[in-house]
Amino acid sequence: MGTKHNLRILGAVAAAGLALSACGSTTSSSASAGSSSNCTSGQNLAFLGATTGDYGALGQNMVGGIKLALDDYNTKNPDCKVGVKVFDSQGDPDKATPLATQIVGDSSIVGLVGPGFSGESLATGKTFEAAGLPVISPSATNVTITQQGWTTWHRVIGNDSAQGAAAASYILGTVKSTKPFVIDDGSDYGKGLASYVKKGLGSKFDSANSDTVQTGQTDFSATVTKVTASKADAVFYGGYYAEAGLLVKQLRQAGYKGLFMSGDGSEDPAFVKAAGAQAANGAILTAPAGPAPADFDSKYQSVNNSPSGLYSTQAYDAANIFLAGLDAGKSSHADMNTFVGAYSGDGVSGPIAFDKFGDIKESVIFAYTVKNGKLDTANPTPIS
Amino acid sequence: MNTPRRIELPWLRLRWVRMLMIGGGILLAYALPLLRPPVLTTTGSDFGGVLVAMTSYALVAVGLNIVIGYAGLLDLGYVGFYATGAYTTGVLTSEHAHWPFLLVLPIAVAVTMVTGVILGAPTLRVRGDYLAIVTLGFGEIIRIVILNTGWLGASAGIKDIPSPPSLGPDKVGTDQDGLFQIPHIAWRGLTPLIDNEHKTPFLVFGVLDAVPYYWLLLTVLLIVLVADYLIKESRVGRAWEATREDEDAAEVMGVPTFRYKLLAFALGAAIGGLAGSMLASGQGGYINPNSFLILLSMLFVAAVIIGGAGNRWGAIVGGALVAYLPERFRALSDWRLLIFGLALMLIVNVRPQGLLPPRRTRRALRAKAEIEELEGEAVDA
Amino acid sequence: MNFAFLFDNFFQLTITGLALGAIYGLVALGYTMVYGVLQLINFAHSEVFMFGTFAVVWVVVFIHGTTSANQSLGSSLGLLALALIAAMLTSAAIAMLLERVAYRPMIRRGASKLMILIAAIGASFSLAEIMGLRDRIAGWFGLEDKLANYVSQARNVYSSPVTIEPHGVFTFVNYKVTDIDLLVIGAALLMMFALDTFVRRTRLGRGIRAVAQDPESAALMGVNSTRIIQATFLIGGLMAGVAATLYMVRIGSTRQNAGFILGVKAFTAAVMGGIGNLRGALLGGLVLGVAQNWGAALFGANWQDVVAFVLLILILLVRPTGILGESIAKARV
Repeated sequence: MGTKHNLRILGAVAAAGLALSACGSTTSSSASAGSSSNCTSGQNLAFLGATTGDYGALGQNMVGGIKLALDDYNTKNPDCKVGVKVFDSQGDPDKATPLATQIVGDSSIVGLVGPGFSGESLATGKTFEAAGLPVISPSATNVTITQQGWTTWHRVIGNDSAQGAAAASYILGTVKSTKPFVIDDGSDYGKGLASYVKKGLGSKFDSANSDTVQTGQTDFSATVTKVTASKADAVFYGGYYAEAGLLVKQLRQAGYKGLFMSGDGSEDPAFVKAAGAQAANGAILTAPAGPAPADFDSKYQSVNNSPSGLYSTQAYDAANIFLAGLDAGKSSHADMNTFVGAYSGDGVSGPIAFDKFGDIKESVIFAYTVKNGKLDTANPTPIS
Repeated sequence: MNTPRRIELPWLRLRWVRMLMIGGGILLAYALPLLRPPVLTTTGSDFGGVLVAMTSYALVAVGLNIVIGYAGLLDLGYVGFYATGAYTTGVLTSEHAHWPFLLVLPIAVAVTMVTGVILGAPTLRVRGDYLAIVTLGFGEIIRIVILNTGWLGASAGIKDIPSPPSLGPDKVGTDQDGLFQIPHIAWRGLTPLIDNEHKTPFLVFGVLDAVPYYWLLLTVLLIVLVADYLIKESRVGRAWEATREDEDAAEVMGVPTFRYKLLAFALGAAIGGLAGSMLASGQGGYINPNSFLILLSMLFVAAVIIGGAGNRWGAIVGGALVAYLPERFRALSDWRLLIFGLALMLIVNVRPQGLLPPRRTRRALRAKAEIEELEGEAVDA
Repeated sequence: MNFAFLFDNFFQLTITGLALGAIYGLVALGYTMVYGVLQLINFAHSEVFMFGTFAVVWVVVFIHGTTSANQSLGSSLGLLALALIAAMLTSAAIAMLLERVAYRPMIRRGASKLMILIAAIGASFSLAEIMGLRDRIAGWFGLEDKLANYVSQARNVYSSPVTIEPHGVFTFVNYKVTDIDLLVIGAALLMMFALDTFVRRTRLGRGIRAVAQDPESAALMGVNSTRIIQATFLIGGLMAGVAATLYMVRIGSTRQNAGFILGVKAFTAAVMGGIGNLRGALLGGLVLGVAQNWGAALFGANWQDVVAFVLLILILLVRPTGILGESIAKARV
């Protein structure tokens, strides 16, 4: 029976420890104070997205890409180093909103790489627009984001309509499927992509040959039964790698022999691991990005101590656009935004130029095949 | 060991002193986002936005406190009511109709209340522990239905939800916003300075400034607190107390326990719906199903228990802390859920009655301590 | 509502549903035993299961290495046996750790059930996060590189390199029942039968029933309630370990949050079957697994959780004590 006093203190400490949950960090890898030079020092890029929580892996891939770009830039410009301020929203639009206010209030931030998810983009776009801060997202693919009339929002990744159409024409043209089956995971990204595939398949697609699963689901026996019963010869899965891998594994185990195709959300080494090498072989993954140069991953690893993954190359390209703007002397939000809008160049994920809505103009879609237990990232086939 | 004594402050006995303190406290609460006090202000995220989250959670906790604290019903699916309020608002103001927000707000509250009654009627007949899993199930059902239904926006969510109506012109980002502008206070060390670069317009609900939303939420919270006080002191509150302490005895004494439990459920739902509606018309104007996960229900329950179930001030403190601490200590983000779990275990072990336990628990604990002192040894509960 | 699809593939859906449900049932046994003896919802039992799944992968990686391989069930039996032992030991250890650290101090003090539930929730989060932060924790000891195969990418999906390929054993109407299906369902029945016999025939089992029925009288009769509670958690943990191994045979991948939704479903199954009732737990699990698959067939896989919860509510409305009624306390187990 300790003294009430001690218990009260302990209780207060525990309560203090308590709500150290929800929402994440701002780690500021700050810029060093530049010496006399013709550039402003202490500038930062911002990243808004999920770096912790269940979707943290994707956000960390993106932060890694930004850090790689900054590492290159800071080595070349030791007098005006640029840092990155990471704002972890855990992919939650509610948490993203106050973070957006914080970002626009921070005058050292010249541009935002992000948001990571479409939900956060829709919740925060108005704030960035009102403040005039230029935004380049490496991964938010929902089509409606660029239909909001925002002039500061851009993305370096092709939106779902281009990818879906390309996948559909591949299924009908190259594979010559007569009975395609489309599955999605109910998420904004997966459902969106699948709906464009269905649209592209047109009359060849029978709406009975579709199903929706849930993210986090691990047993797909009902869906697998549906596929085998329908005698489908091609399956397209709109969703992410964890479910895709388990789904293709269970499909193969049930005797399905047709094509398995998925989108860029499945392009992660964990897809092959979850499927088991044999089941993954022959799977085709589409992506609106060409193969990264061979040394990208090794350079990434040397800066970040972990392998690159989904969206690392897009984040790298997005950061480089802002850095090119700084090189060109653009410092105000309005100038930088004009620079970004007019930018045209080649990134590691492909050629980059933005149309007037903020979408990437040219979006060549590539198909990557899993061969011999590995995703063949060196030889994709352009399919659009 | 001495029996713990109540703190005696003679001047607190004066009613006008108490009124002054309460008035001062309320004024301070309103001024907080403008004052931006040094240690308290969150640096990683906008302080105004964090205050909005704190007040939202506090409001939710007050509602959940009625269910868990007053009526003794363990509800693990409270997020369902939060979602119902938010989505009713979203559907009626943006997705399928464009009714004004002030009209939709009471409708959302009413719809959520009806949902509470519909959910409560079958589930409250079920035994205490089962109530937990059934309410959890209902919370998930609501979320999954929203996720799977295109009419409700599905996973894409509902956007462009209008904010509450503003007073004065909305010339965002300029000096002509609102009726008048209030500058913030910036601190250099311990010296306050008037910061004319950051001003809050009165009263414009725009996209750049969270402070007016905070003021609105605070006002709503105060109104709900008054209502809560009135209900608790009435026979309804007494019926809840009787039901919670010993349901069979209450029934025997003629209290229609089922009806009162259902009323608690409905009122809790109404407040949850109110908070959800304010969330929908918040600064972002966007809602989607991922904001309403089971984890949030757990967080709300933890907020009420940590704050002190049965005490409305405890609920407010619990809700505010649960929203504030993660934002204040953002640097520890990777570890936050682990710290949350460990802290939960620690708190219920060390201070199971919560930070601000209700008067009856304090009385019971005091009585227990007195008995232990008399008996000279620890007494089993 | 796609009735035609359900009828045409009835047996495939049902048998795979039973296999899914068998795993729910094994995990539900842990929930139901702890509830029967302590009237406590052991929220953290899902993490007991989750640790078991990781133990399986760790053993496979340790023995087999990280190269992918596809093997039949027959040729994997040795590896599986070792994995099973590891999973059972790990899950049992976590379960007993929970009992000692999270629950015993509060039970001793007579804390209210609500408080113990909050402690359980806290323990559940803590355990899941520890697994999700294992790369950082290994980093503190400098073991991050040495143990890379076991701890790296801690929040990502973690897959077993050895995939067990099912082989059809016999055809039942239009579905080829596989050896894995039979293994999973058979193992669950076997475990339930063993547990049943244990609770009914052995001294420890009688002690469990006694404490469940009336802890004070049991103490008066010389039953050491601490030992009994420990045994209850231990047995629940062992069952979860078996479930974890079977889950990894079927699914092959896990994650630090893999326990969460499965735990909710398993507790739902326990309540459906009659909380405290061992046979009810397995029955509830099987019913839930089959209902989920039928629901997915009728409405689409994205509605299967709704089907599960609606079924729970309906069952409780019609039979408030669950299908087989509550009862570890009563002799009818």
